[in-house]
Amino acid sequence: MSITLDSKIPAGPLADKWDEFKAHEKLVNPANKRKFKIIVVGTGLAGASAAATLAELGYQVDAFTFHDSPRRAHSIAAQGGINAAKNYKGDGDSVYRLFYDTVKGGDFRAREANVHRLAQVSVNIIDQMVAQGVPFAREYGGLLDNRSFGGAQVSRTFYARGQTGQQLLLGAYQQLARQIGMGGVKLYNRMELVDIVVVDGRAAGIVVRDLMTGEISSHSAHAVVLATGGYGNAFFLSTNAMACNVTAAWRAHRKGAAFANPCYTQIHPTCIPQADDFQSKLTLMSESLRNDGRVWVPKNPDDTRAAADIPEDERDYYLERIYPSFGNLAPRDIASRAAKRAVDNGQGVGPLKNGVYLDFADAINRLGQQTVKERYGNLFDMYERITGENPYEVPMRIYPASHYTMGGLWVDYELMTTVPGLYCAGEANFSDHGANRLGASALMQGLSDGYFVLPYTISNYLADWLNKPIPGTDHEAFKAAEQQASDRFRQFLSIGGTRSPDYFHRELGKIIWDYCGMERTAQGLEKALSEIPALYDEFQKDLRVTGTGDSLNQTLEKAGRVDDFFELGMLMCRDALVREESCGGHFRAEHQTEEGEALRDDENFAHVTAWEWSGDPMAPVEHREQLEYEEIQFQTRSYK
Amino acid sequence: MSQTLRRGPVSGTAVGRGAKRKPFLLDFYSTAVGKKYVMAITGIIGIGFVVSHMIGNLKVYIGTVTEGGQEVYDIDVYGEFLRDLLVPILPRTVFLWLLRGVLIGAVLLHIHAAYGLTVMNRKARPVKYQSARDYEVANFASRTMRWTGIIVALFIIWHLADLTWGWANPDFVRGEVYRNLDASLSRIPVAILYVVANIALGIHLFHGTWSLFQSMGWNNPKFNQWRKGAAAGVATLVVVGNCSFPIMVQAGVIEFDPTVTSVHELHEEAAE
Amino acid sequence: MSDKLTYITLKIWRQGGPDTPGQFEHHVIEEISEEASFLEMLDILNEQLIEAGKEAIVFDHDCREGICGTCSLMIDGKAHGPEKGTATCQLHMRKFSSGDTITVEPWRASAFPIIKDLMVDRAPLDRIVESGGFISAETGGAPDANLIPIPKPVADAAMDAAECIGCGACVAACPNGAANLFTGAKVTHLNLLPQGQAERYQRVEAMVETMDEYFGSCTNHGECEAACPKSISIDVIAVMNADYLKSKFKNRKKLSRT
Ligand SMILES: Cc1cc2nc3c(=O)[nH]c(=O)nc-3n(C[C@H](O)[C@H](O)[C@H](O)COP(=O)(O)OP(=O)(O)OC[C@H]3O[C@@H](n4cnc5c(N)ncnc54)[C@H](O)[C@@H]3O)c2cc1C
Ligand code: HEM
Ligand code: SF4
Ligand code: FES
Repeated sequence: MSITLDSKIPAGPLADKWDEFKAHEKLVNPANKRKFKIIVVGTGLAGASAAATLAELGYQVDAFTFHDSPRRAHSIAAQGGINAAKNYKGDGDSVYRLFYDTVKGGDFRAREANVHRLAQVSVNIIDQMVAQGVPFAREYGGLLDNRSFGGAQVSRTFYARGQTGQQLLLGAYQQLARQIGMGGVKLYNRMELVDIVVVDGRAAGIVVRDLMTGEISSHSAHAVVLATGGYGNAFFLSTNAMACNVTAAWRAHRKGAAFANPCYTQIHPTCIPQADDFQSKLTLMSESLRNDGRVWVPKNPDDTRAAADIPEDERDYYLERIYPSFGNLAPRDIASRAAKRAVDNGQGVGPLKNGVYLDFADAINRLGQQTVKERYGNLFDMYERITGENPYEVPMRIYPASHYTMGGLWVDYELMTTVPGLYCAGEANFSDHGANRLGASALMQGLSDGYFVLPYTISNYLADWLNKPIPGTDHEAFKAAEQQASDRFRQFLSIGGTRSPDYFHRELGKIIWDYCGMERTAQGLEKALSEIPALYDEFQKDLRVTGTGDSLNQTLEKAGRVDDFFELGMLMCRDALVREESCGGHFRAEHQTEEGEALRDDENFAHVTAWEWSGDPMAPVEHREQLEYEEIQFQTRSYK
Repeated sequence: MSQTLRRGPVSGTAVGRGAKRKPFLLDFYSTAVGKKYVMAITGIIGIGFVVSHMIGNLKVYIGTVTEGGQEVYDIDVYGEFLRDLLVPILPRTVFLWLLRGVLIGAVLLHIHAAYGLTVMNRKARPVKYQSARDYEVANFASRTMRWTGIIVALFIIWHLADLTWGWANPDFVRGEVYRNLDASLSRIPVAILYVVANIALGIHLFHGTWSLFQSMGWNNPKFNQWRKGAAAGVATLVVVGNCSFPIMVQAGVIEFDPTVTSVHELHEEAAE
Repeated sequence: MSDKLTYITLKIWRQGGPDTPGQFEHHVIEEISEEASFLEMLDILNEQLIEAGKEAIVFDHDCREGICGTCSLMIDGKAHGPEKGTATCQLHMRKFSSGDTITVEPWRASAFPIIKDLMVDRAPLDRIVESGGFISAETGGAPDANLIPIPKPVADAAMDAAECIGCGACVAACPNGAANLFTGAKVTHLNLLPQGQAERYQRVEAMVETMDEYFGSCTNHGECEAACPKSISIDVIAVMNADYLKSKFKNRKKLSRT
């Protein structure tokens, strides 16, 4: 089987494409909608909004999550905000400008048509969320407030204190809960997708494992939507939640869905530095802090004085120095690399010299402690809880950490993967952010996919299936997949080695972070490509999973997820190796300007790399989707 | 109760509501929040009674007054005043009985609701914590509402038997409040009983008065900071006022003088 | 650099399933850094258990940032442990001292059956939301977001209530196993907002009734507020109570006039 990448971008001028699509797509009439069953896997922003909206339209929806409740999805952790081209501030924003900023921010590696649609529907998202009761921050007059975010020169970010993701997810969750209560959606919680079933080249359903009983079962449907989040946990240490994983996308990949741009991972510049070896995860300090905090390191690497004792002229405010026009608000990839350089230079601060300062002293002087507290109080509290230091008194210490993955399952304009009937939404797909995502754009994309795109595009596919029989779960393909899945978990239990899944995850993460992290080289990637398979081999021989397969077993769950991370890790490194340029989050040390900035190669790499599973994780098949820019000229991204 | 795991909506909650409802007051009373309103309202009635009862009783300290040329106990006059309330619109003592009816009804409802809620709470945690709990704000008063309530209930029965009907008081003379009070409270065990019961009542009211603001939904930043203070005030007032009677009887400050005329007899005669 | 704690004794509840009896199990942590979070300490313990061939201790957790509401432990008799306004995952070992014995139990309520060891099932909280904890605003028909201004104090108060992370610590801490803080928080969030007015009374009625199906009643102890990792004020319970009363007495046909 070989795949073709047809992006199905509608004809016509960029600004009209989405209307064009809506005007001519196939529809399913309201009475017929209930004849269709749609499976939605994942109930984060993308999944919950999709499931709720599809159910409102009248489809029968089965929603799956391995969490106990949809409200736990990791979308809950997003702090900073959500972009929308509302131009409420009258500061020159427009759909075009949001579109442009996003493409530029993505270092010209995103599909124009998708991004334009995203900018168009961004305004509807805010309307929708306010109608649902999301308590966005407001001004005294009662109108919505905005803040500015990295990579933009307008204030277009809507926020709810430092908990925007929480409030948006709760909004979507509540809308989903309403449908669950009314019977429109059947929720299967604590169920993990362990395989996708493809029959006659079309997604026929899924195989799931009940985490409470270990039971493996199948569900069939007319269409399957994966909204299962990103794979940032491949690095082990990341700002993702402990359970975030690639399993769903990976299992789809193994069944024929192409995986696009896996090497595009985002390293977030403002996280709390690692304190010790046993650390289980890193905590993000919202990017919004860079609105008022100033980043600096001591000029002298051997400076051991406390921050307050270092005089102004011995501090290097390196972002302000190198990028005077964006300063502390330089985009993430740029800010991250700059921090890495400072630390590599020996200028790092903190006990392990593994961070840079984010200093609020000026802001506190200028605005007063009260205002700073109002803006960032909960983040400051969180920082203090984790580090034991009070950021009102001493500057925060921050360092970049894996945060978001732009890569994901390849989807066309309609969000369909290369497997017909299998859709992918939210962070799990690759669609809108190119090689780097701007802050406050992931929430926007998740909700756009779930509320305003999928519900339209899915009928275009379903219409052809009206009144046609689909294979049930007694079909042999389901039985075979169930068998395979249970064998796989039984295998983990029976290895009986000496190391826990966490051990392997940590080791794997170190390799990926070292060689496929903020800075990559051909040599390093080759090295990773030999170390990962060796470690994988050890994993398969020396893994130890205690307990049994028929009651809740977190060790076993973890083993399955780590297993998939191994194969993904190989693909990430492979992808990073073949992309012989630097762009956005992908920085190849061989390809940089004299000043150390990313050096793109538009001639040879203005394409999406989509990988096809070949059966051997070390030998995937490469496909390319050429990116056509009609509206935008390539340009060197500069934030100076 | 065996604990079982569930999945998916079990109550089909967003649909099918409002189909059939009980008459609205019963409907209201059927939930815990409704029951708490009833507890709070009956509690307010109780507080109203306890406080005015206490203030009325303070008349013992006035001692005697002259009425119609005769020296009588002021508190006895007050007793008669209560019996004569709303005369002649209603016959004598009828309104007092109405008031008593309300009080009895309130106490019964209060107890009924308390019982219902207690059963509900027991069911909500059939298996207790197996290690010691470390409470942060729940205090002695809030955690002993059931016990102080029961003590108060028993005391009310005793109190009626003692000073209203006189069954528990061999020297009881109908209508002679001052005399009965002295006779009853000069018995040391009875005096102690009154003190203990009123302290229990005070503890009950210390939590109850604060709690009723929450139960009634009376929450406003303008007065929230007064709520705890008000509760402490009501509790102290009731405890100090009520405990003073047995103590003062024991101390000899309140002592019945048989030479004083009985107002009750005068009034009975007048009514005939 | 970081200081270490030594010799921490853990008394941890182990239970095979909802209907099997459980018991405390003792473990000694010889040495642990102050910088470690409480859950990282359990991770380390679990890794040792696995490598020794024993079953790892099951406990719920996910974001480890205090926002998803998944973590849930009764630590030394306090829901989410000794630090105020903090979820278990944000509790750090620097709150403890060398030589301490720390007792860890699952949350107990009939509404929260134990799944295994320290993990409980909190689905009834979802049931409460499903019954009315939403604003019915189907996708597509929303008016412009700035059409209805919301005074800042109202938006702030709604946000205060909306911060609830659905962890269930309020239920766990409540001597009565009541969920009034959780329910009150959602009722308050939605009922304060102009967008929530249309369903205001129906919402509070449905949610209170669903809450009654699973949980105990509120005696206004205030333990929930003290345990709440988001320090949600019991004011929200008063708001819920007030609206519940109105739901029974107001003429809903006149809703838009009140
Ligand atoms: C700390 C942090 C801060 C962030 N801040 C911002 C911000 O300020 N602004 C912004 O725009 N973006 C931000 N982001 C990014 C953004 O939050 C995420 O990209 C986005 O929320 C992802 O949503 P999602 O619906 O795709 O996935 P998720 O919310 O991760 O949901 C994934 C869902 O899939 C389910 N699932 C996964 N695998 C399986 C399986 N195998 N079987 C069953 N179910 C499965 C999970 O249970 C879950 O329900 C932040 C991210 C992080 C980590
Ligand atoms: C007759 C015996 C009584 C019993 C058994 C009793 C029992 C209780 C109990 C168990 C509660 C707590 C209910 C809960 O929150 O779960 C309570 C609350 C209360 N009681 Fe009583 N009580 C009694 C008498 C009284 C009296 C005489 C008064 C007034 C003087 C009173 C005033 C209150 C008040 C104000 C509350 C608080 C109501 C609220 O929280 O809304 N009680 N009572
Ligand atoms: S109210 Fe507080 S304690 Fe209760 S569920 Fe919400 S966050 Fe947890
Ligand atoms: S693990 Fe998410 S709140 Fe504690």
